[in-house]
Amino acid sequence: MFTSMPTRSSSTRRVTAAITAAIAAAALGACSQPGTSSTPVPGAAESGSASTSTSLTVVTHDSFAIPEELKARFAEESGLDVTYVAPGDGGALVNQLILTKDAPLGDVVYGIDNSFSSRAVEEGIITDYDSPALPATASQFDAPGLTPIDFGDVCINADLQWFEKNSMTVPTTLEDLAKPEYKDLLVVTNPASSSPGLSFLLATIASEGEDGYLDYWSRLADNGVQVVQGWSDAYYTEFSGADGAGPRPLVVSYATSPAYTVSEDGAESTTVALLGTCFRQVEYAGVIEGAQNQQGAEQFVDFLLSDDVQASIPENMFMYPVTDVDLPQEWVDFAPLSKNSLTLDPSEVSAKRDTWIKDWTATVIG
Amino acid sequence: MIRRHGASLAGRIAWVVAGALPAAFLAVFFVAPVANLVLRGFHDGGVWSLSGFTEVFSAPRTWRILAFTLSTAALATLLCVALGLPGAYLLYRCRFPGRAALRAIVAVPFVLPTVVVAVAFGSLFNPGGLLGFLQLKESFIAILLALCFFNVAVVVRTTGSMWARLDPRLEEAAQVLGASPRRTLLTVTLPALGPAIAAGASLVFLFCSTSFGIIMVLGGVKYSTIETEIWYQTTQLLDLRAAAALSVTQLVIVSSTLLVSNALERRTQQSMRLRIDDSAERPLSPARDWFPLTITGLVVALLLVMPMCNLVIRSLRRDGQWSLENYANLATTGSRGALTVPVWHALWNSAWIAAAACAIAVTLGILVSLVASRRPRSPLGRRGISLLEGAFLLPLGVSAVTVGFGYLITLNRPPLDLRSSLVLIPIAQALVALPLVVRSLLPALRAIDPHQLEAARALGSNGWQVLRRIELPHLVRGLGLAVGFALATSLGEFGATSFLSRPDNPTLPVVIYRLFGRPGADNYGMALAASALLACVTGIIMAAAEHARPKGVSTW
Repeated sequence: MFTSMPTRSSSTRRVTAAITAAIAAAALGACSQPGTSSTPVPGAAESGSASTSTSLTVVTHDSFAIPEELKARFAEESGLDVTYVAPGDGGALVNQLILTKDAPLGDVVYGIDNSFSSRAVEEGIITDYDSPALPATASQFDAPGLTPIDFGDVCINADLQWFEKNSMTVPTTLEDLAKPEYKDLLVVTNPASSSPGLSFLLATIASEGEDGYLDYWSRLADNGVQVVQGWSDAYYTEFSGADGAGPRPLVVSYATSPAYTVSEDGAESTTVALLGTCFRQVEYAGVIEGAQNQQGAEQFVDFLLSDDVQASIPENMFMYPVTDVDLPQEWVDFAPLSKNSLTLDPSEVSAKRDTWIKDWTATVIG
Repeated sequence: MIRRHGASLAGRIAWVVAGALPAAFLAVFFVAPVANLVLRGFHDGGVWSLSGFTEVFSAPRTWRILAFTLSTAALATLLCVALGLPGAYLLYRCRFPGRAALRAIVAVPFVLPTVVVAVAFGSLFNPGGLLGFLQLKESFIAILLALCFFNVAVVVRTTGSMWARLDPRLEEAAQVLGASPRRTLLTVTLPALGPAIAAGASLVFLFCSTSFGIIMVLGGVKYSTIETEIWYQTTQLLDLRAAAALSVTQLVIVSSTLLVSNALERRTQQSMRLRIDDSAERPLSPARDWFPLTITGLVVALLLVMPMCNLVIRSLRRDGQWSLENYANLATTGSRGALTVPVWHALWNSAWIAAAACAIAVTLGILVSLVASRRPRSPLGRRGISLLEGAFLLPLGVSAVTVGFGYLITLNRPPLDLRSSLVLIPIAQALVALPLVVRSLLPALRAIDPHQLEAARALGSNGWQVLRRIELPHLVRGLGLAVGFALATSLGEFGATSFLSRPDNPTLPVVIYRLFGRPGADNYGMALAASALLACVTGIIMAAAEHARPKGVSTW
């Protein structure tokens, strides 16, 4: 009976060893898979002081897109090992950077727009950088600490064919949209979850004033405005002028959208942006406060302003470049910018955005 | 002789270590990040404050969200039970050709990626879709149906495996004594199945009340649940106080549901031992079984098969014609810069991440199950074991956003600065898969007759021999199912992965979500094709796992 004691204890050791081996195998399995994880962990490497100058972490919103060859060229010319991280949409991006400011997520950020720029700077997540690559013509977009990269207008788009077929006049102003003849024709996106939706809400605040915009929205609600969650749902499912051929001829979209509904012969576009309803959106890049590789971060900001990247922006991100590069021909013909787009003071937006969205939700969604 | 029943000191240490390893994993990659984030919500500028609660619960919106979450989950649970019971009878009590295939069809939806199901139901109910005329887009009914699509299998499985082993002599006795078949069902069969039905129902309630992707995609702007509200408050407003109050509320709901589910499940497993092992199956008789046959036929055809067939058909059509173009496009990065890598590359990422997540989840799951299947004499030991078991189910009840944001502020210093590392993806997915893995392995171990173990020890086997000769072989029987669940969960996981994946290494669900949100018929077609592909891969894995399901063990 007692002879079994030593056996038992040695067997326990074997169990322990087996378990340890299993765990080690699992851990190895997790790390030795083919793919990038077999290389040293980028996040860890980048935080180590030894490799600060050779690696760069770029944090962007999830719509960031530039051609792969340009990314490769930047990596080659700068000699940097670049990691791109895209943790969410514009709002989630800024909020994550605020949350992690004690130990920043990366070195350089792209994708903070003018409704978040002021908040980003106030929260101290950006360190000042004036890029020499920024032309003087772009000074209209200046924001302290940040560098403008691209911009655009969010406007109501109209399906011209629908209005022609129904012998109706195309509306031109925000006020028109609340008129009875345009009942049940407009689809917008939720400002709480969609950036064009937020821009359009800001347009109504800029136009109707902080005291008047809720009244305007309740008139829109009475006039049958439809609210959907995201832009693609609004444009491709509900809007009558796009592939989805939905029921509604008025939609929140971009000033550039008509460039993508050009007729076969290229003579005209079947949709138009109502240039009196536009809100100006500007997207910025900035060096993150506490960056491990500040020099590399500055290089990346300059790179975003280089001619090749700027020229690629219309096709990949549907925004206007801030520098003076050639635009696609359809944009020149069918996607003019608004000459008098609505704007709000970024610091006011950052202070009141959450309240505005909450009040809007209470008024329109209930 | 008696001494031999108690474990030696070394034996006890080994078991403590076996329990401590997974516990440490859970502590580092789940408890610490979540606690860190939630505590920030209660620690305001140097002062502890519960103001988040008063603020959140004085808003009528919160009550509406809470009411919607609970009522949707309750209704979906009722519906799943009503639709699942006839299926449980048919698939586990009756014998007919094609039963194995039918069981697989019912089992697969449970592990389908939410993104795929949302795309499938969306394309069904959108204007212009097959059921567009019903005008159910963004409706309460569409949400309910999607929730049932996922969860009806849970009821069929938990109840069915119990029903299969229900002693038929009970029912026969009732009928001999003159009870009608209906009366027998109501007064004998259903009460006997009670614990199994309730255990299944509480699981369904848990899954429904924490559903995220379905509500986000199908709920539109009108419907929010606690889970989507936590996402909104955290990512969009960075209102950590509100998010923390909501997270704690959700945790309370989830833990109480888990407690109920666990208690009921234990009763099921205990009562199982009292029943005979002979199968109580009988051949299907259309005359007698017309009711369950009709209900199950309708459920399978309309609720389960139609949405997926519709998805496959839509993926094979372009511009009103049959075409493989959408599938051919999977070799591209989509139009207008939709993706940074071709879809095939994302499938490859998904595959190796799933393999890694599976290795982690199954290793930890084996340890947890072995420890949790101990039967210590001391109440303290038993308490500790049920605590360990419960702790590993908690990831089911905590929002992926809370975990993801928790990682951002917790794993932020070397050597654990893993925030932009791909290693976090399989780790996070393993956390999600672990509860399912444990639930696949543990019943196989618990089903071992304690007398068999006692006898082995009495005959001189030591702890290691008992483990190797009796327990491990039982464990291996559940392994196929566990691996299947782990792989399928990882392949479909979206919430945590969407946070952690990088643009150059996305997984398939992340790519599908992105394609679905980008303009262009090309991208939409690719989203459909990639969804059909992912559903197909997951389906094959689950069908194989179902095949490997241990016979005669009441896994869920």
